[in-house]
Amino acid sequence: MKKRRFSFVMAVLFLFLSFMVLISLNMGVVNIAPLDVLKTFIGQGTDRHELVLFNFRLPSMVLALFVGAGLAVSGAILQGVTQNDLADPGILGINTGAGFAVILYIFFFQQSMAMVSGVGIYILPLFALIGAFLAAFLVYALAWKKGVNPIRLILVGIGVNAGFSAVLIIFQVKMNPQDFNQALVWLAGDLWMGNWNLVLVIVPPIILMIGWTIYKSRTLNVMNLGDSMSMGLGIQVEKARRTFLLLAVGLAGLSVAAGGGIAFLGLVAPHIARRIVGPGHQRMIPAAALIGAIFLVVADTIGKNIIAPAEIPVGIVVSIVSTPYFVYLLMKTQ
Amino acid sequence: MILLAVTMALSIAVGVTDISIGTVWESMFAFAPESTSHAVIRELRMPRAIAGALVGAFLAVSGAVMQGLTRNPLASPSIMGVTHGAAFALILTIVFFPAVSNIGMTAAAFVGAGLGVILVFAVGSFSKGGLTPAKLALAGVAIGGMLSSLSSAISLHFQVAKQMSFWYAGGLAATDWVSVQILLVAGAVGLTLAVLISKSVTILSLGDEVSKGLGQNTFLVKALGVIVVFVLTGAAVSVAGTVGFIGLVIPHVARFFVGSDYRLIIPVSAVLGSLLLVLSDIGARLVNAPYETPVGAITACIGVPFFLYLARGEGRGSL
Repeated sequence: MKKRRFSFVMAVLFLFLSFMVLISLNMGVVNIAPLDVLKTFIGQGTDRHELVLFNFRLPSMVLALFVGAGLAVSGAILQGVTQNDLADPGILGINTGAGFAVILYIFFFQQSMAMVSGVGIYILPLFALIGAFLAAFLVYALAWKKGVNPIRLILVGIGVNAGFSAVLIIFQVKMNPQDFNQALVWLAGDLWMGNWNLVLVIVPPIILMIGWTIYKSRTLNVMNLGDSMSMGLGIQVEKARRTFLLLAVGLAGLSVAAGGGIAFLGLVAPHIARRIVGPGHQRMIPAAALIGAIFLVVADTIGKNIIAPAEIPVGIVVSIVSTPYFVYLLMKTQ
Repeated sequence: MILLAVTMALSIAVGVTDISIGTVWESMFAFAPESTSHAVIRELRMPRAIAGALVGAFLAVSGAVMQGLTRNPLASPSIMGVTHGAAFALILTIVFFPAVSNIGMTAAAFVGAGLGVILVFAVGSFSKGGLTPAKLALAGVAIGGMLSSLSSAISLHFQVAKQMSFWYAGGLAATDWVSVQILLVAGAVGLTLAVLISKSVTILSLGDEVSKGLGQNTFLVKALGVIVVFVLTGAAVSVAGTVGFIGLVIPHVARFFVGSDYRLIIPVSAVLGSLLLVLSDIGARLVNAPYETPVGAITACIGVPFFLYLARGEGRGSL
């Protein structure tokens, strides 16, 4: 029965996601009716519709889906491993670390944000990953004091985050105004390159990592019982923790490469998932991935259309929507 | 104090065109209107140095008062949402009422500072288990993050993002004598009040019960303390943008030097805060000369390691 209920929930979420994708695809500067979207998909649309859909909207839609899922799973892992409900790649400074590395890369090796192309598309995610790992390593090392206490980890994360932001702004103000604006938008969270090449670079590893996480999710359940208990059950705690942290940081780094510094999504999605399907990670993580994807697609649609033709970066929408929820969680947790 | 005077003189002397300390001296006591260096000193460098000293003092004193009132080692204007609130209000004002005067902007900053602190305090006081340092920091990050997201949305939409961001990162480049006047008025109110309540803050920092037991009107002291914070931080942010970490770091340093009596902590914080900001401002001009670096970035580079030190629970009043 429980299993059936879970399948039902997942089916509903999936349907809702498909519906949102369809809505989102037909909105924008060029309006395409939902029926025309479907027609275009089966190869019967006009050339113009095909161009808009396949070259612009679809790649950024795919990126939105996987960035949302990646951040959500990253947050779910971090919350499980640190046993802290308020953990999130943004709060722990991982997003800013990745953003920092990307801005440095653009500052030193590319003429401008708009010109990232060719090999750049493949190197950019690499830089984001390096930055994410650097930040994670810093936070972990600085919070280490005969073990890592969850509260200390979060506080150190806030500090490292502030440090990266400060150095970041030094480089940012040296950019020309147009780059500066783009960098600002991107750092606030923006799916900035709707580009099939980027999809090819980013999406397969995200799928692999999410899959691996789900496959190993039972270990996370056991780890939640506490270190001594899991050792008793035959898990090498430190090793498992390190593997999971690597997965979480990798997911966050890739997501930042495509979507910029989207905050709080990794925090909120796992909480909603836990509400709906319960705390078992083998169900919670897939649900969180779907919810993260829905969240980001909805936020992206709102950001693109609410003050059209101008756009609000998706990260700002996410932050405005999810801060109240974060505050609510903060007030509830001890 | 002497150190501060020397640093200020240095601050006046250092800049895109170097001016010797001797010339600085001459411009003050034998002003020659036809000399360019003298004009630069009088109209640009002097107000900048004075404003820097005042802003540093204000932020440090705000931080000290907040830490005393909340008994929370992480309390400070930038963490408690005060600076972000003020910044948000200022951006709204600049975008929607571009013709507003300096006084109007300062007033907006006060209102915003109030908004920020009320939000963060509300989150803190409605939470289970009260306002622990970790909660305070998280509430500050959340509220600050949301307010600055809103600010960047607004500034992007109205295409003033770069100016805003520079100002947001904190900078003293645009200060003039009018800013100094605003700061002096705010300082006269805020600093006096801070000194007046300093004894009560010391008692309050021992705990609410102790303070009530000694017959103190805790509510009045807290209310006055909050006014001090509004006035000082509002004025500081309206002149210099969001300069972070001074209010966090300096009171700890002051406590290290003079102990836990706020009658000493507050004045010492004021002097140390001035010193730190004037030095950081010199750094801001030199790091990447002839361009300015946001002074907030410099103070953060100093403040972050200190914050980490506190977060690891190795400082006084450990978490």
